[in-house]
Amino acid sequence: MDIFVQQLINGLVLGSIYALVALGYTMVYGILELINFAHGEVTMIGAMVALAVIGALMGVAPDLPGIVIVLGGVLVAVPVCMLLGFGIERLAYRPLRNAPRLAPLITAIGLSIVLQNVAMLIWGRQYIAFPPLLPQGSHEVLGAHISTLQLFIVALSVLVMLGLWFVVQKTRLGRAMRATAQSREVAALMGVNVNSVIATTFVIGSALAALAGVMVSAYYGLAHYYMGFLLGLKAFSAAVLGGIGNIAGAMLGGLLLGVIEALGAGYIGDLTGGFLGSNYQDVFAFFILILVLVFRPSGLLGERVASRA
Amino acid sequence: MSLLEVKDLKIHYGGIQAVRGIDLKVEEGELVCLIGANGAGKSSTLKGIVGLLPHGGQVHYAGASLKGRPTHAIAAAGLALVPEGRGIFARLTVAENLAMGAYLRRDAAAVRGDGERIYETFPRLAERRGQLAGLLSGGEQQMLAIGRALMGRPRLLLLDEPSMGLAPLMVQKIYETIQAVAREGMTILLVEQNAHLALQVSSRGYVMESGAITLAGPSAELAADPQVRAAYLGE
Repeated sequence: MDIFVQQLINGLVLGSIYALVALGYTMVYGILELINFAHGEVTMIGAMVALAVIGALMGVAPDLPGIVIVLGGVLVAVPVCMLLGFGIERLAYRPLRNAPRLAPLITAIGLSIVLQNVAMLIWGRQYIAFPPLLPQGSHEVLGAHISTLQLFIVALSVLVMLGLWFVVQKTRLGRAMRATAQSREVAALMGVNVNSVIATTFVIGSALAALAGVMVSAYYGLAHYYMGFLLGLKAFSAAVLGGIGNIAGAMLGGLLLGVIEALGAGYIGDLTGGFLGSNYQDVFAFFILILVLVFRPSGLLGERVASRA
Repeated sequence: MSLLEVKDLKIHYGGIQAVRGIDLKVEEGELVCLIGANGAGKSSTLKGIVGLLPHGGQVHYAGASLKGRPTHAIAAAGLALVPEGRGIFARLTVAENLAMGAYLRRDAAAVRGDGERIYETFPRLAERRGQLAGLLSGGEQQMLAIGRALMGRPRLLLLDEPSMGLAPLMVQKIYETIQAVAREGMTILLVEQNAHLALQVSSRGYVMESGAITLAGPSAELAADPQVRAAYLGE
């Protein structure tokens, strides 16, 4: 029981990070029907930039409270990634807006490799440690432990997701985003500047990715130029699990995937009599992805593709 | 000067020429129809005017050229197209669809007032304002599409086949609304396959065939023209 609760908590923490990244995939897919494979790399760049700023701040002003230093990293990483997302859309995808679908997809993969290599050139191949700046406390819940950092990650993710939900459902911009996702032509007839709505979608998704990047590197205590690949792939699986293009689906899919993965990692040893260990946890995301694609290709909350108006 | 003046409009789809250099004019306050068979190039003409299709030739609106301007800027200039097949946002509610029509307006109070007027004109929409627009019937969707266009307070309303696929009673209701809107002074360019209806409500008309305008004149004269009667009025 203790393991169950503990893994449930760990899964929710991981899942809320997946959800933040999955939102970026799903929003872009919703509008452009494009899988932005470079999105995972935006997450990585977010983590790297934040760590670089954190390192610099620790050198310049070592007396600052740790939380302020981390906040400084976040405050630089988020706008840098927003700019990166804007640039990716403008330079790599917009020129291919009316090209066959395969062209932007290949571009996305190429871009992802380019970003990885740029990050490797700047920050090197080695793992970069996330300095222990954040409060280390731990709280007991139902016989399991939840650290202050974990609490903070979940709380911030939930807040950000609520904020996004509000923007998408209740504001003029959100309405324009949803309208553009349904028909770019008709949205333009309403006076919506479709290009700027698409750019805004990339910018918002990238901001969420930057936050997720900082969270994941703080959580695992490290960052690496290659970290965006697996994280991106899992978040994409989460988006498909929830129903790609569906915002609530990305949130649900992210949380579910995190929980499934953590529970799987916690129990796989027992279930296989020790044959497989918790290092197989990454398999679960993709196992689930395959199951979903076989039995419910439209995802948990996704509509049948044919019902698109 | 005409509110809308189209000169030598040409539109290609790949190698196919859908519109072969047509001229047409709409004066302020007029209801003009553009009739013709399916595939004559009527919808392409409208899409060309609002910048959804690249085109050759000239489109002047209120004295300024629309050529090369993006669709959203043309909408901002006061042109509203109710597209063929209605083009409602199926996964937005009825109220949200109307709000999209007023996307460019900042006068919230007046927008609310206009919304209430739309709901008075179409009580069915008022009953269903919180529902997803995709759940409406075809006729209700057409009402919504017209209401949404009116929410932008356009200066020129372009209607593409508003009677298409609707039951006769619903067609009548839609056409009553179009006439009511025209009586209030709205300038309308109406594209229709249903020549009978279009010629009844309009003051002038153009007949389009294989991408070219073959006849033009007052609607009453067109309705009496033996060629038109044979080809489009089924007589």
